[in-house]
Amino acid sequence: MMGSENQGFEEAHIDASREEMESLVLDDPSNNSNGTKSFSHHRSAMSSLADSHHLLSRPMVAAPADSDPLLAPPSFRDFRNPNVAADNSSYIEPPSYADVIFSPFDENAVHEIDGVDSPGRSSDSSVSLSRSPSSSSDYIKITVSNPQKEQETSNSLVPGSNTYITYLITTRTNITGFNGSEFSVRRRFKDVVTLSDRLAESYRGFFIPPRPDKNLVESQVMQKQEFVEQRRVALEKYLRRLATHPVIRKSDELKVFLQVQGKLPLPTSTDVASRMLDGAVKLPKQLFGESVVVAPEEVVQPAKGGRDLLRLFKELRQSVTNDWVGSKPPVAEEDKEFLEKKGRMHDLEQQLSNASQQAESLVKAQQDMGETMGELGLTFIKLTKFENEEAIFNSQRVRAADMKNVATAAVKASRFYRELNAHTVKHLDTLHEYLGLMLSVHGAFSDRSSALLTVQTLISELSSLHSRAEKLEAASSKIFGGDKSRIRKIEELKETIRVTEDAKHVAIREYERIKENNRTELERLDRERHADFLNMLKGFVLNQAGYAEKIANVWAKVAEETSAYAREST
Amino acid sequence: MITAQRSSSGSSHSPRSPSSQPYLSISVTDPVKLGNGVQAYISYRVITKTNFPEYQGPEKIVIRRYSDFVWLRDRLFEKYKGVFIPPLPEKSAVEKFRFSAEFIELRRQALDVFVNRIALHHELQQSEDLRTFLQADEETMERLRSQETGIFKKKPADLMQIFKEVQTKVSDVVLGKEKPVEESNPEYEKLKNYIFELENHLSEAQKHAYRLVKRHRELGQSLSDFGKAVKLLGACEGDALGKAFSDLGAKAETLSVRLQKEAHQLLMNFEEPLKDYVRAVQSIKQATIAERANAFRHQCELAETIKLKEINLDKLMLTRSDKVGEAELEYRELKLESEEATRRFENIVRLMNEEMVRFQDQKTLDMGIAFHEFAKGQARLANNIADAWRSLLPKLEACSS
Repeated sequence: MMGSENQGFEEAHIDASREEMESLVLDDPSNNSNGTKSFSHHRSAMSSLADSHHLLSRPMVAAPADSDPLLAPPSFRDFRNPNVAADNSSYIEPPSYADVIFSPFDENAVHEIDGVDSPGRSSDSSVSLSRSPSSSSDYIKITVSNPQKEQETSNSLVPGSNTYITYLITTRTNITGFNGSEFSVRRRFKDVVTLSDRLAESYRGFFIPPRPDKNLVESQVMQKQEFVEQRRVALEKYLRRLATHPVIRKSDELKVFLQVQGKLPLPTSTDVASRMLDGAVKLPKQLFGESVVVAPEEVVQPAKGGRDLLRLFKELRQSVTNDWVGSKPPVAEEDKEFLEKKGRMHDLEQQLSNASQQAESLVKAQQDMGETMGELGLTFIKLTKFENEEAIFNSQRVRAADMKNVATAAVKASRFYRELNAHTVKHLDTLHEYLGLMLSVHGAFSDRSSALLTVQTLISELSSLHSRAEKLEAASSKIFGGDKSRIRKIEELKETIRVTEDAKHVAIREYERIKENNRTELERLDRERHADFLNMLKGFVLNQAGYAEKIANVWAKVAEETSAYAREST
Repeated sequence: MITAQRSSSGSSHSPRSPSSQPYLSISVTDPVKLGNGVQAYISYRVITKTNFPEYQGPEKIVIRRYSDFVWLRDRLFEKYKGVFIPPLPEKSAVEKFRFSAEFIELRRQALDVFVNRIALHHELQQSEDLRTFLQADEETMERLRSQETGIFKKKPADLMQIFKEVQTKVSDVVLGKEKPVEESNPEYEKLKNYIFELENHLSEAQKHAYRLVKRHRELGQSLSDFGKAVKLLGACEGDALGKAFSDLGAKAETLSVRLQKEAHQLLMNFEEPLKDYVRAVQSIKQATIAERANAFRHQCELAETIKLKEINLDKLMLTRSDKVGEAELEYRELKLESEEATRRFENIVRLMNEEMVRFQDQKTLDMGIAFHEFAKGQARLANNIADAWRSLLPKLEACSS
């Protein structure tokens, strides 16, 4: 019914789209300037064009499994081997926008395909955001696969309960900072947490992609295939995002994570936590006598994560002072531009959240439409069969034929809706992606405010140190010949002041550094968001138009076939 | 407005000159809500145009309500056994829906189709009850309506009871459960099975058609919400991108309206005809088939009774009883009754066969029209959607360059 006539078209369609993609790849070298397409273009040029026909499989893969025999979607297999045409392909002669449906934006999806050893389901969808690496020929391609259960080697309290999952992390790159062009390591989720924490420390002020959630679930769930698969996908997304960040992709932490075999040689967060405990041990000494110096090198980290509890308390006090006293703190956030941008980010986040929700509803509605249309088609097919089998009168056969036309069209239209929807999901995913990115923005802004707080605290401290020194000097000067103990104290104070001054300078430098990072990142975010959103809109619109046209053609045919009735009805 | 099932109402009866071609063309229009509160109801204007000599004049306008149509259907059902009386739309919907514009329009359309089908049926159009319905003044109509205690006039609870009885009777009879009387006609068996299965298939189709209407509405709604959200997002972005978002949002809202419109069309021109088809098949199943079974059983019972009477008569004649005369009289009367019953049954059989042919033809036509409208509507909708989205492309292209 539907299959036979379309075999040829399906192959032609694949070829057409492949050609289309080729021409797109070749035509746009000039886009390097705004960097939107360069990265992905090159990737698609690099990866074999045989992959391109996978593009067609993407939508099918995303379609829900059909129980009805006639709607068995062409499987992955069918598309990899274009010579095996699917039974029930639905492609009609490609109307004008059919080719354009596979727009430049969708090329980004090509580089998803290599992660093929993972069961490719729709959750695989794209991190197809534009990134602008410095040179168009740089690439890092990371794949997460092959989850395996492993045993905890160290002695545990409960024997046999400490199994965990490791993942194979494969990297392909041509960037020179790495040792080689292809390598793999095995990592567990804890390692990823470590990586993420270390990056957060080293790259304050940057929009660092947020890592996947920890998911505190019981060990039984941990082992379940679905959970493991979800996590695998999430890890892959995360690492790929890191790899597309222009600064972080060059970080030592990432390099180490991706390359060093065996145990991950980064300090774990538990080490940091135990440092906190050391800090608690130090606290009494600090309170009751020994100098309360903040070492300059420590101020480059926020008080919160560190070992210095006293510093933590001081900064806390300072922030309360800032809030309550209402007087302008010594160094205030004066950058009006920044405050404005911050406000904009907040608005943007709200609207993104809203749009993201509505996008989900839209996708659901489109899916339902496709489903119901398909069910309607099936019902008419059954009716057709029934009338034909039971036909006594010719009018029944005529009716059966009419129904068949409608049924065929409905089933085709249903398939188009589902394909359209798979594309829509990918495009509108951009909204979800940027919503997720807002977390990074929050992180970067809070780096800034905590750095500022450190500066403010040090300045307050300095001022109180100075006033103590003054008082001592005043008191000491009243005693003729000097007050030995007081003089000693003044000397000590002066020393403290000196060190604190150094710390203040370091803290200010750090603060300025973070401010600069914020600024460049905001610029980058605006630029990339602009491009990605534009692509999203274009892709969305193209798809909608293209598939609507296909659907229109399907129904126009039926209208034509039933046009005799139109004349009769007037 | 498209009335999908008008089929060729009036088309072959256009009044070129008054007496050239006989025509009877009716329209049910102008629904108006009358009365208050619980007793509120809808009245319709029924306009008849005809050159049939039995009618009072070329045009007549009367006011009728739903129960008047029910009266007509019941009368026809009584008088024309074997004929497939056209189905009526359902009695009452969910309370709050009863006066919605959509429901009223659907009902009006269905009533119009109902009465025109009667007018086009070569036997039913001769009916005196039809004439009464189309011409009598409102008081007369009301009087007649309240007298009628037809099967369909009962209260819902009674109706359910009777329905169940009829159903069991029908299924018993049709499935041959009631042992003694059953037509052993293989062709008829086939027909009955066909009707039963057809109802199932059609109900399913109608159900999906209704869902499809809902899906259109839902898609429209979500496009509207999406459009609004996108516009707000555009306001955040500002400059060319913001404008692009804003345009897209506006387009989405436009398409939302378009989808709602199409949902309505789909309801009126596709789902309703399917529903009508289901009703018709149900009517054949519950009424006509049941009638035939009754008639057959009656005929059989009479035949049985006559046999007994014959035996009795012979006995009486042999014994030269003085009851012979009486018995002979009875016998003759019974004989007449039996012949009448047989005639009635055979008439039903004949009619059913004729009706079946006509029904199949009509349904092919009705469905053909419905399919055509459906396909046209979907094609038009899809084209509108394609055009709307396409119109955004130039601006989007301009943005990125």
